[in-house]
Amino acid sequence: MHLMYFTEQPMSAYDAQAGLDFGATALMFSNRHFDPVAGSRLYNEYLEHYRLAEEVGFDGIMLNEHHNAPFCMQAKCNVFASILAAMTRRVKLVLLGNPLPLADNPVRLAEELAMIDMVSRGRLVSGFVRGGGQEQLAAGVNPAYNRERFEEAHALIVKAWTQTGPFRWEGTHYQHRVVNPWAVPLQTPHPRVWIPGVLSKETIVWAAKQRYPYIALSTEIEATKKIWELYDKVALETGYAGGPEYRGYLQRCHVAETEEKAMANAKQFMWMQGEFTGLAHPVWSSPSGYFSPSYRTAFVEYAVGRRSNPRGAAFEDQITNQQIVAGTPKTVIPKLRRLLEETRPSIMGFWASDGFVSNEDTKTCIRLLGQEVLPALRDIGKELGLWSPFEANAPTSIHFAEPARLKDAARQA
Amino acid sequence: MSPTPIAWQAETVPVAGIALHLARAGAGAPVLVLHHDIGRPEPSPFDDALARSFSVLAPSHPGYDKSPRPDWMRSVRDVAVVYQWLLGERELTRDLTLVGLGFGGWIAAEMATMAPRAFKRLVLVGAMGIKPERGEIADQALLSYIDYVRRGFADQRAFDRLFGAEPTTAQLEQWDLNREMTFRIAWKPYMYGATLPHLLGGVATPALVVWGREDRIVPLECGERYAKSLPRARLAIVEGAGHFVDMEKPDELAQLVIRFVNEA
Repeated sequence: MHLMYFTEQPMSAYDAQAGLDFGATALMFSNRHFDPVAGSRLYNEYLEHYRLAEEVGFDGIMLNEHHNAPFCMQAKCNVFASILAAMTRRVKLVLLGNPLPLADNPVRLAEELAMIDMVSRGRLVSGFVRGGGQEQLAAGVNPAYNRERFEEAHALIVKAWTQTGPFRWEGTHYQHRVVNPWAVPLQTPHPRVWIPGVLSKETIVWAAKQRYPYIALSTEIEATKKIWELYDKVALETGYAGGPEYRGYLQRCHVAETEEKAMANAKQFMWMQGEFTGLAHPVWSSPSGYFSPSYRTAFVEYAVGRRSNPRGAAFEDQITNQQIVAGTPKTVIPKLRRLLEETRPSIMGFWASDGFVSNEDTKTCIRLLGQEVLPALRDIGKELGLWSPFEANAPTSIHFAEPARLKDAARQA
Repeated sequence: MSPTPIAWQAETVPVAGIALHLARAGAGAPVLVLHHDIGRPEPSPFDDALARSFSVLAPSHPGYDKSPRPDWMRSVRDVAVVYQWLLGERELTRDLTLVGLGFGGWIAAEMATMAPRAFKRLVLVGAMGIKPERGEIADQALLSYIDYVRRGFADQRAFDRLFGAEPTTAQLEQWDLNREMTFRIAWKPYMYGATLPHLLGGVATPALVVWGREDRIVPLECGERYAKSLPRARLAIVEGAGHFVDMEKPDELAQLVIRFVNEA
């Protein structure tokens, strides 16, 4: 198994009442409510948490980014990945990921990622995402071409990583006279690419066709099984068998010394889901052209308040269906076993806390996960044969049959 | 007493690989009516009123309402060229009056710059296409489908009459499809062309620029700039109307157009 630590890096230190009064804490919620003094403290606490996660035995640190919203103050995952590349020694740096359509120059992303891979001595896993709906607006990028830009930017980055330059790129959305970056990844053929997602079937199909692991982001168990059904079907059509090494799952999971404390802190997972603040906006989160056409009816009704968020469920329901797991190590392990047995992922992200959970409680959670939960999961993983892409030596992609590894000279060094 | 209903004939015209939907009615001098970004309402009392005096052609823009989406299309000028192509095929350019409503007004203005002497008359109503110097063109990306359309009405009862106080989900889906096409061709810069004001000076066609006094989508200053930039233009302001003048004051707007077209 590959076990990762994750936090959304919540910017919880703002006037929650101002957010409630405004009715949304996204895109247009003024950044006059952003306090850089608190921001500086929180960034440094998050760095401390990442360092601790490596210390207590996590295999990877999962990073992401969002824009114009307090639910995630990490505005550029490559910045944290760069810091962690130098600050950590062992963990994989798993970016889930860079929002490709927001980039007007994907070659620059290819360079940044290559630099992170070299500085970290080949520990980069470079996931890619489409970016949230409101992020298209925050970046001024056309939501109607989101998926086309995603696919084209991906193709350009992989080419920049795997073919020597200079070459010219004349695409539909990107045109580059000269592609010839003087920074290429340390891993060959290129760093592993994992694709996270929630809802869109198109993304699952695309990931399966590329033979990239797909990371289901906190979907409920039955929905997750449907994702693997679809992934495995496309994998077979593409010419390989799906399985644990292609399956990842991000689990909201808070662990504390007592059940009561764990449950109270787990309630904070609802913070960014809009139950008491962290309010998404139905129009800005789903600009026309961004969402899958098969969900058009659901999203137009959501946009005018006729339907609840197709993405959301209540806290109690999420506890029941295990989208949120909370408790002491002893009580969460059987729940996680159930998830592993039923959905068979080999990659697990632990989204350990959110919202206003204190620095101390977060550190306790990371410690308990590392010392008590992860060893148990590794045993269960062995028992169930949940070998990660690294353990299984899975191909890098449909185009590169060999597993990603350090360049020979780097291995000898 | 309500006037007799107009019988519209629908046809599909192949242009630039698009099966363009075209509604036609009436007889007399030809008038091409170019609809708003939200699409063409049905029924359309304004189009009906024009069809009592003219031969009216009311296409659905490529990718809007009943015309399929051309994936390759990238700009409002592309739409303008498609309509020039349509008119050329039909040998309709002479004696033709162009009436552009809102977003359709931007298309009409682009068409006029491409063929500065080809048209009989040009009517722009609350037209997008020019960047305001003081205000802003309302950004529909930040507004719900209903809020955006409501914003275009001075009198909300007019909206309720046309779309119902709570528009149907089918209507919302159509607005979403039309909005998506608008994003595809007018996302950035949003709802104007930086070069258009520089090109309007060559348009020899007599032009009438009409604006709703209470247009909260495209500021009135854009109407003033159109009237100043087009050499043979004048500005008419409709009191008590918002952006969708044709939906709010269909008869008043139709009378303005009819008088303007029939002027010596």
